[in-house]
Amino acid sequence: MRKVSTFNLAAIGAGMAFLYLPIVILVIYSFNASRLVAVWGGWTTHWYAELVNDAPLLESAFISVRVALVSASAATILGTLAALALVRFGRFRFRLGFAAMIYAPLVMPEVITGLSMLLLFVAIAIDRGFWTIAIAHTTLGMCFVTVIVQARLVDFDSSLEEAAMDLGASPLRTFFLITLPLVLPAVAAAWMLAFALSLDDLVIASFTTGPGATTLPIRIYSEVRLGVKPEMNAVCSLMVAVVGLAVITASLFAKLTGARGEPR
Amino acid sequence: MKPTIKKPKRRPWRPIAPKLVVGIPYAWLIAFFLVPFLIVLKISLSQSAIAQPPYTPVLTLAAGLHGIRDFFAGLSIDNYLLLASDPLYLLSYVKSVEIAAFSTIILLAIGYPIAYGMARTPRRIQAVLVLLVVLPFWTSFLIRIYAWMNILQHDGPLNQLLMALHIVREPPVWLATDTAIYIGIVYSYLPFMVLPLYATLEKLDPSLLEAAADLGCPQWKTFWLVTLPLSAPGVLAGVLLCFIPIIGEFVIPDLLGGSQNPMIGQTIWTEFFGNKDWPTASAVAVVLVCLLVAPIVIFQHQALRTAGEN
Repeated sequence: MRKVSTFNLAAIGAGMAFLYLPIVILVIYSFNASRLVAVWGGWTTHWYAELVNDAPLLESAFISVRVALVSASAATILGTLAALALVRFGRFRFRLGFAAMIYAPLVMPEVITGLSMLLLFVAIAIDRGFWTIAIAHTTLGMCFVTVIVQARLVDFDSSLEEAAMDLGASPLRTFFLITLPLVLPAVAAAWMLAFALSLDDLVIASFTTGPGATTLPIRIYSEVRLGVKPEMNAVCSLMVAVVGLAVITASLFAKLTGARGEPR
Repeated sequence: MKPTIKKPKRRPWRPIAPKLVVGIPYAWLIAFFLVPFLIVLKISLSQSAIAQPPYTPVLTLAAGLHGIRDFFAGLSIDNYLLLASDPLYLLSYVKSVEIAAFSTIILLAIGYPIAYGMARTPRRIQAVLVLLVVLPFWTSFLIRIYAWMNILQHDGPLNQLLMALHIVREPPVWLATDTAIYIGIVYSYLPFMVLPLYATLEKLDPSLLEAAADLGCPQWKTFWLVTLPLSAPGVLAGVLLCFIPIIGEFVIPDLLGGSQNPMIGQTIWTEFFGNKDWPTASAVAVVLVCLLVAPIVIFQHQALRTAGEN
């Protein structure tokens, strides 16, 4: 029986309040009828309605979602392969270098990643735009995917794979029939994380973008640099709501499927 | 399924499949992570030029061996000499390291009690709390910083509250100060500190604490002698996970901080987008990477160990 002390309770309470109050305040202000922050002009959904007419904003949201879909999918495939390589193939040549390149981007300041990507694209002279952002996001995303899938692969019993191969299944067949279904929750979570990372990213996208490929964060950043705007409160609240719902749904889903598949 | 025993089919796969599984992601990382770094290094040794691309020399393989020799003759360390001679850059590095160090200490001081408290709650509540800590991590950095722009405005809710409670007479200025940068950083990076701490504290065997209590050890001493040393890997992971990216942070100081005395991420950004001086921006980036090599290597070592290797 564990007793939760008052101190622990207070620490958790204060921590959660700190994490959530700013977002709650943002959402409340997005319904403020007054343009001024200091004045409460009553509740309104005016700023949300306004968004529907903001064509450039909608277009950049559309671009962001497309970039995120492409890069999250590519990152998931590359990252899963990398995780398999790290966990299942033991020691191969230059393994340490491989692992170093997986972990370095996780903490590398985005300004540096962005700058170096851009200089590469300039050096090989490809037109910057949708695809260059997607490639940059794929590279960052795959490292996160690798870490998540790797953790899952280390956990699971490799004798299942060996059994399948002993019974004559080819490695490819074994992968699709045994390995993939078992790591699928991790792969799905990794895809979502890569998607969210891409949707969020401002710095790397700013470096690697080109004409006609203004993503949503770039648009929001150029709007809010100069100060707070009620329309931006509405956009940001909407994004919080979408991401929050997606994460909660995904974790409930993982819990339901996990309860069935994992006798822990 | 036919129960017939087939010939083992895996032989023909052996040579190709593993090579592809390793080779494809490896090649991708070399092309889009390693090579770009070498290019940054090269451009940091180049001169700024009014051209497209805006630096010289440009390696033209078409000119053959002669072109390559010209290319190497054109490289210089002038940009690094500039960094050393202009105090602006030095101040910028110092400020970044200072802000990263202090905010990491603050994060540890705030994050540790939260993680400790979480690890002591009943299992079912723990899962919910973890989700609550992770959730802000999924919502955009930019949005969370923007939320603070709202709060810290001159006539924003924080000042209204302080005035209403008669804590201050005049509304203090928050935006464009270092205080605002600290608030933004601590707020944004808190999940990165809490989660690794929680992961080690949660695995801590409660019977060790009971043993200490049974032997008459006061609670604070148990914490100091048992809990804290055992959570050291989590502390190290959390500290590195915050300290390294904070040094290069751009969005937070740009939106919440003032315009003078920028952090190094802002300096790279301005050199690049404002001054269009790509070689200097590259040199600033190379020096920053050199600063970060040691912490990153420790981080990788730690990450590999927790991944169940070595």
